[in-house]
Amino acid sequence: MSCSDFATGMKCRVCGKLYPKSAINFCVEDFGPLEVTYDYDRVRANLSRSKIEKRPRNMWRYRELLPLEGEPTVGPQVGGTPLIRADRLADALGVERLWIKNDAVNFPTLSFKDRVVSVALSKAREFGMRTVGCASTGNLANSVAAQAASAGLETFILVPADLERTKIFGTAVYGAKVIGVSGTYDEVNRVCTQIALKYGWGFVNVNLRPFYAEGSKTMGFEIAEDLGWRFPQHVVCPMAGGALIGKIHKAFTELHHIGLVQEPVTTKMYGAQASGCNPISDCVKNGRERHKPVRKPNTICKSLAIGDPADGYFAAKLIKETGGWAEDVTDEEIVEAMLLLARTEGIFAETAGGTTLAVTRKLIESGRIPRDEEIVICITGNGLKTQDAVFDAIESPAVIAPTLAAFEQLAGLKAPEPALV
Amino acid sequence: MAIRIEIPAPLREQTAGQTEVSVTGATVGAALANLVSQYPGLEPKLFQNGQLRPYINIFVNDEDIRYLEEMDTQLTDGVVVALIPAVAGG
Repeated sequence: MSCSDFATGMKCRVCGKLYPKSAINFCVEDFGPLEVTYDYDRVRANLSRSKIEKRPRNMWRYRELLPLEGEPTVGPQVGGTPLIRADRLADALGVERLWIKNDAVNFPTLSFKDRVVSVALSKAREFGMRTVGCASTGNLANSVAAQAASAGLETFILVPADLERTKIFGTAVYGAKVIGVSGTYDEVNRVCTQIALKYGWGFVNVNLRPFYAEGSKTMGFEIAEDLGWRFPQHVVCPMAGGALIGKIHKAFTELHHIGLVQEPVTTKMYGAQASGCNPISDCVKNGRERHKPVRKPNTICKSLAIGDPADGYFAAKLIKETGGWAEDVTDEEIVEAMLLLARTEGIFAETAGGTTLAVTRKLIESGRIPRDEEIVICITGNGLKTQDAVFDAIESPAVIAPTLAAFEQLAGLKAPEPALV
Repeated sequence: MAIRIEIPAPLREQTAGQTEVSVTGATVGAALANLVSQYPGLEPKLFQNGQLRPYINIFVNDEDIRYLEEMDTQLTDGVVVALIPAVAGG
């Protein structure tokens, strides 16, 4: 173990069996998910607020809590996205204190996935892998393709064939081998599991998943640091596979555990899904112990269209334990919320962002989130990638002759009196 | 009736290295019972208190049995049953 590696190994989240760090994502006893473990005493002794604050503003300022042996070799500039005080949106929603964590402007591919991919591909290189890939609903595909290109890795990316063309284009442009699979995301995912098991390539969200998922914690670290080293009362987060919501909460727990934030974590976590693919929100709302998978997701929010989320059980459990809730919204509500966010805060989020905002509104209106408490909304992807979803909701621009008079007529301005000579 | 069950790499220690095992059974439940009778080491990996563990998915000709008749899903001669770890994606 190098002196900069504070990760000690991996642990099964079901039976607790310990594993050395390697490219495996499940326990061989019960197939439970593996999670990275750390030597928190060493982290506590080696990390302080001032040490973090002196480092560049990117996700690697928290590198002691990320599972790499050496320095990151892929995506060293990822993260450090703005936390925005959203007063105009707060007024529109009728709440007092609202923040937006804006990963729509993450580097290099405009989604929170850049965080997880940076960790996964840096780890893949530490493992000596030359071929990497992923199963993706789009954002992950973009990020793996771009970051693998920068590292010179061979890349196979499998996506549902009916994905938004912008997301397919935004993957192929980096030279990745993009393969459209005629099926749902879950079917793509199953094929990737079979490929990873058979060939041992580094699939970021299959055999590299324990390392990959840790990258999501940095969104939580940044939220807490930007709030002045404290935790918000409510966090609303989109859910696809269900990992992000858990990792944001894990980030808060770790900051408290290593003493960087004194107050214990009392944040309530809320999960957002689309009604056309809502296995986790259904699980929470109907008090099921485990989610019921959705065979054929049907929503414009393709980035969240995972019918059988790997972390569904843990996401639902966390939501219940923290006193939060989950909701889902229709495609119409998603589009409406995308426009509301754009027109109040100047942020063009993708459909998942519309989903998260629409769910936030629903939770406020139903009284689940109090209007006078502090709320953070996680925006995880950029609207430029899902323009088709809002295209019909936007008026085409008016066209006028190139004259002042034509403009004044269009704008309803009275033509001024001619000037006296 | 011959059914082929594909064994993923992490379970092959229990099947003496076999990547595929031939079993009999009219349903998925019967086929899996036949599988664990041939290789008893697989039983605790696949089942807990008689129930299939939650993080292993079973596919019959590439369809998840949760969208079919679960353990009662009927099998016909020559179908392929795959055992695939569920913790991936997202």
